[in-house]
Amino acid sequence: MVDFTLSELDDQILAQVAAEAKAGEKYTRYYEEHEEETLPPSFPEAASFPSLLQLLRRRSASDTPGVIFQMLVTMERAAHNGVPLRLPPSALGNAALNAAGTPEQKEKWGKLVLSMSITEPGAGSDTKAIQATARLDGDEWVLNGDKIFVTNGVRCDGAVVWATVDKAAGRAGIKSFLVMKGTPGFEIVRKEKKLGIRSSDTAAYAFRDCRIPRDHLIGGDESVPRDPAAGSASYKGVLKTFNMTRPSVASGGIGKALGAFRFARDRLAEEGIEVQWDKGRFERTAAEQTLISLEADVEAARLTVLRAAWLAHKGEPNNIEASVSKTKGGDVCRTGPQRAMELLGAMSLSHDHLVEQYLRDGRITDIYEGTGQIQRLVIARAILEYSSDELS
Amino acid sequence: MISFELTDDQIQSRDMLLQFAKEEIAPRARDADETRQMPEDLLQAIWDLGVVSLAIPETYGGSGASRSAVTNALMFEALGYGCAGLASAALSSTMFVNPLIDLGTEEQKQALLPQFCGREPRIATLALHESAMTFDPARMSTRAEQRGGDWVITGTKRLVTMGMRADHILVLARSAPGTDLSGIDAFLVPTATPGLKVTPESGMMGLTCAHFARLDFDEVILPSAARLGGEAGTDVRRILAMLRTGGAALSVGLSRAVTDFAIPYAKERVAFGEPIAKKQAIAFMLAEMHVECDAMRWMAWKAAAELDAGEQAHKTAILTQDYANRHALKVADDGLQIFGGHGYIRDLPLEMWLRNARSLTLHEALVAA
Repeated sequence: MVDFTLSELDDQILAQVAAEAKAGEKYTRYYEEHEEETLPPSFPEAASFPSLLQLLRRRSASDTPGVIFQMLVTMERAAHNGVPLRLPPSALGNAALNAAGTPEQKEKWGKLVLSMSITEPGAGSDTKAIQATARLDGDEWVLNGDKIFVTNGVRCDGAVVWATVDKAAGRAGIKSFLVMKGTPGFEIVRKEKKLGIRSSDTAAYAFRDCRIPRDHLIGGDESVPRDPAAGSASYKGVLKTFNMTRPSVASGGIGKALGAFRFARDRLAEEGIEVQWDKGRFERTAAEQTLISLEADVEAARLTVLRAAWLAHKGEPNNIEASVSKTKGGDVCRTGPQRAMELLGAMSLSHDHLVEQYLRDGRITDIYEGTGQIQRLVIARAILEYSSDELS
Repeated sequence: MISFELTDDQIQSRDMLLQFAKEEIAPRARDADETRQMPEDLLQAIWDLGVVSLAIPETYGGSGASRSAVTNALMFEALGYGCAGLASAALSSTMFVNPLIDLGTEEQKQALLPQFCGREPRIATLALHESAMTFDPARMSTRAEQRGGDWVITGTKRLVTMGMRADHILVLARSAPGTDLSGIDAFLVPTATPGLKVTPESGMMGLTCAHFARLDFDEVILPSAARLGGEAGTDVRRILAMLRTGGAALSVGLSRAVTDFAIPYAKERVAFGEPIAKKQAIAFMLAEMHVECDAMRWMAWKAAAELDAGEQAHKTAILTQDYANRHALKVADDGLQIFGGHGYIRDLPLEMWLRNARSLTLHEALVAA
């Protein structure tokens, strides 16, 4: 049965998530202004909140399925501006390991925090343009190249690094490797300074004749398919992880739009400006109409995420829906905070409030994990039945 | 618990209706648009599908399927895919029957619902709009006054879907002074009531086959039992939510039809040596059309699910309507743009879809979920 309601426990947990995220707001400005610092694994306040895992353990089959609920948690957390009171014990590289790693690799590295290192100065969304190389030398891979925009790149234990073993093979030659921090030849060059999400560490890496054991190839498959369009199993496995991470990333941006909307709505209400739902369009002010459209846009985006997650929960393909949700999340992460600030006026710029941060933090959602344009390409290829060569 | 799970019955009826829409409705759309006529045989064929009577309980002669706004949203989308005009014309009775099932008294249901369970199409409708360009439901000027034991209705209703064909009309009128929706009631009015004059509208930009009528109420006297919900009256917000959700579902169907029609064309049409679909300007438009069809659909489902939970769904339906109106119009408009000049010529349905989309997104009383 189609249902969009949450169980009592769902609501309770989301309220806890909100309270914890709000408690982190006392540190927000500090990390805005001390961007060179990396967040501690946890703050003292964390002790007053049960961990998410503890909360989730109380859930049963009558609550919203975990994979969908996780999206709601991400949205609720992002709807506040707190720095995380404790850092999650995993990162994007863990998703790649889970999707494409061998059982032995998952066993061995599953407990580590692993960043994902794909992007290069000259290769963003166009991953097949990757220049970093991995060359087999005896029982070791030798990595060379530069990587940027590595999320959690400073705090992680190791990185899942994309590199080509055969440039001539194109996409089919790209494989991913686990490189532990501290490996000679692996240098963290810098921590980037950004428009927003400043408490999230973003690193640049350099690999100079960096030697790693042969069994650090994620998935273990050394062969290079002859059909260059095919892509190696590990490349495809990693791309598959985007089907879950895209809705999740979209949730972050939607949360920012939601937070900005709530902030604007509540502040305007304090001034007596509220949507009169009974009144028709001629009795609504432009501000009220903006609040309605803003809420509708956020809600629509939220539903596309829930749809993509629901398909994942059912074990059904969600490639298109993941990109649909990321498209919508990318849209509202930009227009949501922009319009909320428009409603609030000049004081919303002030550091008296955290509302301006929604715009700066949210803005990344339409860029990372595939820009809005890449999502449209993915969707267009799917509905037009074009390959990536036919439509690029 | 959040779920997008449809029942087997819902999937079956959606698929059956979608096939019907493609095979039986879509090929008739252009002719119905030009002649401004709902074809009788098609009216009968859609009636035979049982969409209107589906949720009428067995005690009143219906099929006794559970009353579900979500099911209706699915069915409206499917039929709207064939043609939103023909779907509105064939389904106007949902605006009478569904509020009656949800909000009618036992006597009202006994008296009226069995009439909608026969083999012959029984056409009914709902009268909402009025002459003022500035009309909104809260500012309605049609009045219902209590006089003795009777209700007396005065005013003019406009753009009444299938008003020229309907035997029964659910008329929304202000029964208590005020400027919000609290003082609005719904009245069950037989078209043959003395003092009610029905005249055809001059013509409509879109949905032209839906036999729109103007209704003039000159002190139309109704028995006290004519007020929907009896003594207690009714909360018109829920009725408006049913209308808005239904309209949004039709919008999804229309948008999906536009998108599905534009995709193969963009792959065939060659410009500057390659199909226009290979150009990002076009490919991205198509992608966004696809995205918005999805987003609109889930909004319609959410409002429908609230209605099914017995809620007023007033606010959610307003959000759904706001969203669907903006995006359905854009999808239809972009669809026309992809076809260029061919989209503007009446040989193809694009221009009709744009007119229908503009109509769907302004007219608030076409179908009720």
